[in-house]
Amino acid sequence: MAGLELLSDQGYRVDGRRAGELRKIQARMGVFAQADGSAYIEQGNTKALAVVYGPHEIRGSRARALPDRALVNCQYSSATFSTGERKRRPHGDRKSCEMGLQLRQTFEAAILTQLHPRSQIDIYVQVLQADGGTYAACVNAATLAVLDAGIPMRDFVCACSAGFVDGTALADLSHVEEAAGGPQLALALLPAAGQIALLEMDARLHEDHLERVLEAAAQAARDVHTLLDRVVRQHVREASILLGD
Amino acid sequence: MASVALSEAEKVYIVHGVQEDLRVDGRGCEDYRCVEVETDVVSNTSGSARVKLGHTDILVGVKAEMGMPKLEQPNEGYLEFFVDCSANATPEFEGRGGDDLGTEIANTLYRIFNNKSSIDLKSLCINPREHCWVLYVDVLLLECGGNLFDAISIAVKAALFNTRIPRVRVLEDEEGSKDIELSDDPYDCIRLSVENVPCIVTLCKIGCRHVVDATLQEEACSLASLLVSVTSKGVVTCVRKVGKGSLDPESIFEMMETSKRVGKVLHTSLQSVLHKEESLGPKRQKVGFLG
Repeated sequence: MAGLELLSDQGYRVDGRRAGELRKIQARMGVFAQADGSAYIEQGNTKALAVVYGPHEIRGSRARALPDRALVNCQYSSATFSTGERKRRPHGDRKSCEMGLQLRQTFEAAILTQLHPRSQIDIYVQVLQADGGTYAACVNAATLAVLDAGIPMRDFVCACSAGFVDGTALADLSHVEEAAGGPQLALALLPAAGQIALLEMDARLHEDHLERVLEAAAQAARDVHTLLDRVVRQHVREASILLGD
Repeated sequence: MASVALSEAEKVYIVHGVQEDLRVDGRGCEDYRCVEVETDVVSNTSGSARVKLGHTDILVGVKAEMGMPKLEQPNEGYLEFFVDCSANATPEFEGRGGDDLGTEIANTLYRIFNNKSSIDLKSLCINPREHCWVLYVDVLLLECGGNLFDAISIAVKAALFNTRIPRVRVLEDEEGSKDIELSDDPYDCIRLSVENVPCIVTLCKIGCRHVVDATLQEEACSLASLLVSVTSKGVVTCVRKVGKGSLDPESIFEMMETSKRVGKVLHTSLQSVLHKEESLGPKRQKVGFLG
C-alpha cells in the first residue's frame, strides 16, 4: 500500500486510534479443563491461546533437571491460517524457536522457580490470528495461564509493542504498522517494580528517541496490567461463587 | 493419541456398564455428548469453525488460494488437508511429537473426500488446465478428550459450509492472454454445497457392544474401533478399522448399520444448527473462546 499514512495530521492512526491508545483487549482464563492452566486473549485482531502444564516431573532426559529450580519450557506455535499468507509449518521454524526462547527468558524472570526444584513447567502458546503484536499477546496470555495454573510468580508480566513514526511514539502496533518497516520495540514489564523482563528492538532508531519509545511501551504495558488484573479478579470472583463461598 | 491411565477396576466398571447400555456419564451406547459448533471464528480465513465435543476442542480454518489444477483432473480444483496436533492438547505433542497423529488424521480426511460426490470440485475451477481454487483445510487440535475423528469431520464440514470464495472473472483480451479479475464487491462470493460432505462416526468395541463417541477413558478400554465415513443420505464413503484388537465380521456389519443410523441424525442436527446460525445474519454476537 504505497503512500499509506501511518499517522494523519490530526494524530489518528490507520485504524483510528491515537498514538498511545491500545487496541481492545478481551481475555478469559480457564478455557480448557484438562490443562493445568489456560488462557485466551484478544488484542484487537490478534488472538492468542496459552496453556500451562506443570510443575511436573522432567520429561525426557533426567540430566536436564536443575537441582535448585524448575525448568521453564516454552513453545510458540502459530496456526497455518493465522497470517494473511498461509504458513507452511506451524512451529519448528527459526522464528518460532526464537520466540519460544524469548518467552522462556521472560518467564524465567517472573516465575518463582526456586519453589519447584527438579521439575518442569511447560508453557505452550498458540497464535490463532496474527495482526501485529503477537509477542505481546503471547506474553499476556501466558501470564494469565500461569496464574490460572496456580504457579507463583513475582509479578504479572505485561507486554506491549511500540514504534516510532513522524516524531511520535506509537503504542501497540498492528500488522499494517509493523509491515511499514519502521523501528519496533517489544517490551515485557513487571509492573509493580517497573522491572523490564525483556526488551527487543528492530530497525534503526536514533538514541535520542529511545527514551520516548520506551516510555510509550512501558505506559502501554501498565495499561495492559490494569486490564489483566481486572480479568484475574473477575475470574476469581466467578470461581468462588461457583464454589459457594 | 493422548491417553489416560486406568486401573483394572475402572476398566471393569466401564465394560460392565456398557453391557447394560449405561455409560459412565449416563449416556446410552448411541448418544453423542453435547456438541458446540461455531463458525467464522477466525476472520482472516475464507471460512472457519470451532467444535467443542465434551473435552475435545477443534479449530478448522479454510484458506482459498489460486493454484494450478492437477494434471489428472484439469477441470477441477482440489482440497489440501493439514492437521496440527498442538502441544496445547498434551505435552507429548510438543515439537514433532504430534506429527504422527496429525498425518494419520490428514490421510483419513483425504480418503473420505476421495470420491466424486463429496464436494463439487468443478465449481472450484477458474480456467481449465491453468487456474483453479485450492482449498487449504487446516485443522488445529486444541484439546483431546476422545473421539477426535468425529469432532474433526464435523468441524471440517462446518468450516466448508462457512467458506466464502471470492468470485473471479476471466477476461480474454485480443492476443488471447487471459486475465483474472476479482469482483469489486468483497461480499460477492461463491459458497460450497456441503450436502454430500461426509462425517466420520467412530464406533469403539467395548466388551461385546459398541459405543458411539467414546471418551478418553472408554477408548482406553476398547481394543478395536471402526471409523465409518457416512454422508447425510446414508452413503458410506470410507470404512477403516483402527486399534490393536480384532473385530468379528458380524459385528462389523452391525457397527456399519449403527453408524448409518447415527450418522443421519448427526447430519440433520448439524445442518439445522448451521442454517440457524447463518440466519442470525452478520450481526450475530461472536463468542469464540471468550464464552
